[in-house]
Amino acid sequence: MAEFRLPKNSRIRNGKAHPVNEGAKRRARFKVYRYDPDSGENPQLDTFEIDRDKCGPMVLDALIKIKNEIDPSLTFRRSCREGICGSCAMNIDGTNTLACTKPIDEVKGDVKIYPLPHMAVVKDLVPDLNKAYEQLASVKPWMRNDTPASPDKERLQSPEDREKLDGLYECILCFCCQTSCPSYWWNEDRYLGPAVLLQAYRWIADSRDEATNERLDELEDPFKLYRCHTIMNCAKACPKHLNPAKAIAETKKMLVERQG
Amino acid sequence: MSNRKLGPSKTGTSHWWHQRLTAIALVPLVLFLIGLLPNMAGATYREFTALMQIPITPVVLILLVGAGLYHMKLGLQVVIEDYVHNECLKMALVVSLTLFTFFLAAAGIVSIIMLAA
Repeated sequence: MAEFRLPKNSRIRNGKAHPVNEGAKRRARFKVYRYDPDSGENPQLDTFEIDRDKCGPMVLDALIKIKNEIDPSLTFRRSCREGICGSCAMNIDGTNTLACTKPIDEVKGDVKIYPLPHMAVVKDLVPDLNKAYEQLASVKPWMRNDTPASPDKERLQSPEDREKLDGLYECILCFCCQTSCPSYWWNEDRYLGPAVLLQAYRWIADSRDEATNERLDELEDPFKLYRCHTIMNCAKACPKHLNPAKAIAETKKMLVERQG
Repeated sequence: MSNRKLGPSKTGTSHWWHQRLTAIALVPLVLFLIGLLPNMAGATYREFTALMQIPITPVVLILLVGAGLYHMKLGLQVVIEDYVHNECLKMALVVSLTLFTFFLAAAGIVSIIMLAA
């Protein structure tokens, strides 16, 4: 059911403040969501100040600096620090994006950092993505083929067919789009969501895949697919500048096409 | 996922497509209504029924009532499905919506026919 207030145990209180040492010329203030499941207490917003002259340019650099120098208990996912692994997806300055590719300079005023919206929080900035992964697995995101592969060469594809995967294959599964979609917030248990539907279309669009009709059958459902109301938050949020809404529209077009 | 066991319903495409078709149909229909309204404003009953005697008027008005109410029903059904998650309440609301839409359509069409007759 749509909820308009956070549940009682999720309401955010003010937390600790960690001011920077005197003498720092360029300062940045970070307000970071903290939640510790073991404490049994509500989440809180901690304030950290850092010296910009002793920190890298990206939000992730600041988070790592905070963890290293101020509060080692700060918990977040990160790995590649160059926008290819999708681990450090979080809500920065009101928008879902990757901390590693978001410059601190782009944020005016305090940098507010929350976990991806409307997901259960494991700890601090780490959301529970199990359901989204389960949904991804449900569309079988791998090549389904009846024709046996030739033992001595790859399945070939023309350059034109390969081009059809541009704008789809680049998805890094950070789930920035998935968790930015209001329709996914309201119906996360039944709507597959933009990230998963983009993956589903990535295989529908692949000339080497032979299960297009089955894939369309599996998607044709008022909830799995048609909860997309073209809100377009997904395309706006995507840190790789992809357009999941377009992939969903193409899927809907194919479903109409096969009726007529 | 709650309904995974039941699998995809293999429907939804017609719903989505009909919503778009009725949206397209409503553009000329509503334009016709906008053109008609100034002629009807301030008209006497006799002038009004004279306007309704022209066959194109009741024909377009009946199409407008049909397309408009069908469009309304499809749209409100989506709103109910989006926000109402109690299965019993959801079904009751969708059934009521369907019956209410048929009632409105019948009332509208009968009124138009009586005015045109």
